[in-house]
Amino acid sequence: MHRIPNPPLDLAHGRVDMSHGAGGRAMHQLLQQLFLPALGNPWLLQGDDGARLPEANGRLVMATDAHVVSPLFFPGGDIGSLAVHGTLNDVAVMGARPLYLAASFVLEEGLPLADLARIVRSMGDAAKAAGVPVVTGDTKVVERGKADGVFITTTGVGVMTGPLYLGGANAQPGDAVIISGTLGDHGAAILSVREGLALDSPIVSDSAALHGLIADLLAAVPTTRVLRDPTRGGLAATLNEIAHQSGVGMVLDEAALPVRPAVAALCELLGLDPLNLACEGRVVAICPAEEADTAVAALRAHPLGRDAAHIGSVAADARCFVQMRTRLGGQRMVDWLAGDALPRIC
Amino acid sequence: MRYIDAFRDGELARGLATAIARDADPARHYRLMEFCGGHTHAISRFGIADLLPSHIELIHGPGCPVCVLPVGRIDQAIRLALDHGVMLCSYGDTLRVPASDKLSLLRARAQGADVRMVTSPLGALALARQHPDRQVVFLAIGFETTTPPTAVALQQARALGVGNFSVLCNHVLTPAAMQAILTAEGGTRIDGFIGPAHVSTVIGSAAYEPVAREHGKPIVIAGFEPLDVMRAIQMLLQQINTGRAEVDNEFTRAVGPQGNTKARALVDEVFELRDSFEWRGLGTLPHSALRLRPAWAAFDAEQRFAAPYQPVPDHKACECAAIVRGEKRPEQCRIFGTACTPDHPVGSCMVSSEGACAAHYSYGRFRTAPAPHSTDSPHAPHSQPAA
Repeated sequence: MHRIPNPPLDLAHGRVDMSHGAGGRAMHQLLQQLFLPALGNPWLLQGDDGARLPEANGRLVMATDAHVVSPLFFPGGDIGSLAVHGTLNDVAVMGARPLYLAASFVLEEGLPLADLARIVRSMGDAAKAAGVPVVTGDTKVVERGKADGVFITTTGVGVMTGPLYLGGANAQPGDAVIISGTLGDHGAAILSVREGLALDSPIVSDSAALHGLIADLLAAVPTTRVLRDPTRGGLAATLNEIAHQSGVGMVLDEAALPVRPAVAALCELLGLDPLNLACEGRVVAICPAEEADTAVAALRAHPLGRDAAHIGSVAADARCFVQMRTRLGGQRMVDWLAGDALPRIC
Repeated sequence: MRYIDAFRDGELARGLATAIARDADPARHYRLMEFCGGHTHAISRFGIADLLPSHIELIHGPGCPVCVLPVGRIDQAIRLALDHGVMLCSYGDTLRVPASDKLSLLRARAQGADVRMVTSPLGALALARQHPDRQVVFLAIGFETTTPPTAVALQQARALGVGNFSVLCNHVLTPAAMQAILTAEGGTRIDGFIGPAHVSTVIGSAAYEPVAREHGKPIVIAGFEPLDVMRAIQMLLQQINTGRAEVDNEFTRAVGPQGNTKARALVDEVFELRDSFEWRGLGTLPHSALRLRPAWAAFDAEQRFAAPYQPVPDHKACECAAIVRGEKRPEQCRIFGTACTPDHPVGSCMVSSEGACAAHYSYGRFRTAPAPHSTDSPHAPHSQPAA
């Protein structure tokens, strides 16, 4: 291969400009010096238009997710690591082992190259930790004001590890509803940064890759019926979706819900409900009631599932209502949130 | 002390529920109105009604700021934004209230109006300072709780010489609304009020004494936590059972007889009583709302811009008016949960989480919603796409 002139990028003070997306030498320079070192793997380094991958042994699962979070950096993560975790988790909750990722970047003219380098390095670190390489990608630049720093779309491919069919339509009356950890940490972390709240101890996003945790759960409870990650809209939206898909109701026990005191306090302050706040490193599992203890134990044995809890059960209800026994001793609905209390969180 | 959990303790709630059941005279049917939307929200969110005997009925009152604002007031703000090109700022809920011509402030924004959500009048003032070339109007709504912040913003605007800031004042008064509910012709029977929490921190418990005295109705001021509400219900029963009609205060940790005298003085300096004001549901009530004093006329949007208030009738099918008077319950409205939902509100009571309809829809409709008629469901459980 002939070498293309490649003067060093000014990663300290440089900024993205339109030439970085124009297909010329400047774009090549950005790829060579910023993207490849952070994400490098044999497929990406080939420099072809796509990645030719080995044959997979089983049915394939594919998922895609666009990430537009503001701010780009937040306690516990940034848009780079989030873009890896978000898509890996979507593949994992389908019961598949994630194998590869593709990533496209829409960069806004003026984005500091230092920020971009930090984001791409974080993405590379997250992909490496998860054992799932970014094998192909694309970069475009839009004029200042046409985007917000950087938008990242990732697509993941995974392979089914068994015949298990997980799906939102599988919940049955009597099943147990389980959550792998505390509610609303990601939404609260974003919110606390946006509101400029000076908290004694910052709320940290739960953003994490869940495929290891999910593999442990499925090994312990192969009869698991539904897995879903409660991202936008929080646990409330996720359970309402499953209830409608399965044609069932649910009853939660408020006292069993794991919520960090700092998240609960922030919600009180701002009039929000932790049930509506996004998680980026939690999974809801629905399994037969007799497997509930095994499932909770399997989750708790993993570092990402230490706060797992059995929070309720599936009930027969043709109206598909999600209800909750309140700590006070009353009953209420847990509904979808109306409108968008909190845009651009992931 | 964990302040959030302490006032939501299940064991204490069960103790209070037992005491209430003991005190409630089985020969009576108690109709208690919680005036404030904050109480309506707490009652629904914590399921307080489940802990009460069936002959204690809680009736939702009008104390939700966007619920009592008539359509014409939102129209007025929309005209300022669309026709006069002002930057119109208000609280989040206000932006979603349905107005004439299928508009709301949010929909006006989609048509090109410059409508901004702020969390405080000072946010609107800050926008005015950032945009000295624009006219910035704060659409001020709410009861006595939100009035002092508006007064502070006006004082700061004057001190800083911010000439492009003005206020469209719709601040209303709680005791006047209580009087109106109790004197409404053919109105509903109320045995006592759970009195406002935050409003009372400003106006004090003494402000309700004329209402209690003139109408012979007990009022117990209560905090917004569920145990506050339950304790206030117990205190109301004790008054009703012994024939007393006094102002009592459960929320002593925040409310004194005179309230916040500093805030009241501030409000008094900037605002004066309007001769009359139209409320949604309660009609036109004398001395029930505030306007800017003549000395503050320069900051009064109604005087700065030619956009006079024009009354508009409510949507024909909407029962918000009867609901804010306590005459109907949300589920008795024929469009509740069908044409009117929190995602597509027709009436103002479905907009704010403090509105009676939104609270019942979001937290309580499982009690009243029928099972669906058809049994066909859109899904096929356990089906699996072909491999």
